Amino acid sequence: MSHEHHQLDLTGVGYSYGVKEALSEVEFSAHCGQRLALLGPNGAGKSTLIRLLAGLLKQQSGVINWRENPIAKARREIAYLPQVDQHQRHFPIRVRDVIAMGRFPHLGHLKRFGKIDRDKTEDAIATMNLGDIANRQIDQLSGGQQQRTYIARALAQEAHVLLLDEPFNGLDIESRCHLSDSLVDLSKSGHLIIASHHQLESVTEIFTHALVLDRKQVAFGPAAEVMVSDAVKQTLHSCHPHAHERVL
Amino acid sequence: MPSNKPFTLATPMLMSEFFEIPLYQRALLATLIIGFVNGYTSAFVLLHRSPLKLTALSHSLLPGVAIAAWIFTLGVFSAFFGAVIAAVAIGVLTVLLSRVTKISDDTVLAVLYTGAFAVGIMVLQKLGSNQDLENWLLGNILGLSDIDLWMSFGVGIIAVTMLSLFRRAVVINLFDPEVAASLGIRTRLLDYASFAILILVLVTTLQAVGCILAIGMIVTPAAIVRSFVSTPETLFPLSGLVGAGGSALGLILSIQFGQPAGASIAATLAGLFILSVIIRVSLPGNRA
Repeated sequence: MSHEHHQLDLTGVGYSYGVKEALSEVEFSAHCGQRLALLGPNGAGKSTLIRLLAGLLKQQSGVINWRENPIAKARREIAYLPQVDQHQRHFPIRVRDVIAMGRFPHLGHLKRFGKIDRDKTEDAIATMNLGDIANRQIDQLSGGQQQRTYIARALAQEAHVLLLDEPFNGLDIESRCHLSDSLVDLSKSGHLIIASHHQLESVTEIFTHALVLDRKQVAFGPAAEVMVSDAVKQTLHSCHPHAHERVL
Repeated sequence: MPSNKPFTLATPMLMSEFFEIPLYQRALLATLIIGFVNGYTSAFVLLHRSPLKLTALSHSLLPGVAIAAWIFTLGVFSAFFGAVIAAVAIGVLTVLLSRVTKISDDTVLAVLYTGAFAVGIMVLQKLGSNQDLENWLLGNILGLSDIDLWMSFGVGIIAVTMLSLFRRAVVINLFDPEVAASLGIRTRLLDYASFAILILVLVTTLQAVGCILAIGMIVTPAAIVRSFVSTPETLFPLSGLVGAGGSALGLILSIQFGQPAGASIAATLAGLFILSVIIRVSLPGNRA
């Protein structure tokens, strides 16, 4: 799959929770093949931006276009990957069934789950190397395995854009390396990866681009350039867990 | 307390006699239908983790039924619409008062449903019939009319069909509502529709086993099945079958031992749940 010309464009995007402004003046473009890190202190608007892109919130100002059309028309091409363990605990469901959920935008309520859906699900299981655990209950998986399951669901969905909310949180070092490799592979195969991220030291290793937020856009550009800018260093300095107490 | 309670049988009887009497045939048919529908719906309740809210809901239906009986004469339709209005009113009031007071919705709901239940009891007392009150509290599955039976059947068809047709979206929404919304599922609409189905099922169950014991029928079957299944696709139909079988067993036992039918059904289902836990724990390498 290669769709590098597919582009995401944000112009003057803003969102407020009641009177509290969470995000304003966000303006950038990204295209398939890139890996974009969303950086900023707690409460900077990273999760809000992910939720706007995922269609869970509707922006109150500005425009979000995907392939030159409003993003709301392209739900099938945008996959949202929540933080691990966000789902309901002790839910009787197998890994395979969670991955098959990605077929919903193609099937809707009434279409039968057919051969093409089975094939896409099995391909996603194979790509993410989940064959051995595909029949396990989702609650039996480690954080890293859950992340791989969610990525497989996005692949079964045939999504072009993957939105990941703090994907490296709670993973051990080995799982972080695997996830990092998977994100690189996915972008090379033509996906646009957008992930909120806290670990500043690994930004340039994992991501090609970075967007720094502090309730508004502070900087955007190639990760290596953004991470050395003085304004960015000042904003991100407060990312230290004890230096910043604001919570969105 | 009247001695000729319609839901209590004084003398045990043989199975062959039981199946020959039209009253009991009809009660068994009603039990099988209501048991299956409640069992099927119990899978949703289990996955939604809402049995306590449902307890509140079932108690909230009583004042609606009572006031409908007070204003109009008590018939199945007036009872039904009274119950629906009461449930919706309690639901909306809970959300509003919880927002205004910043008190948790569980607390507000507990206050409102006990208050509503109390009003229901007083209205039924005012209507002057202890028997009616007892029927609504504890049910009267042997006294269901033709129209009650058809109503149960119709509601059952609607509930099971809706939960089956939309199961794909229902399951994703129950598993993770945010992922469901991101996949294009209209989660709020689905929540309202599910709420409506729960009320429908509860109202028809209310007439059979009363608003207190109804909770047992709409919660227990899936809890019995849960330990033995690994997917929602099996949980829903198996819960329906266990609901029908367990309830029918409860009815037969009630007749055998001269006990109230509703209580016997609820107790039998609870007993089957304990048994399922013992079996589950006893299975090698399969401890819960």
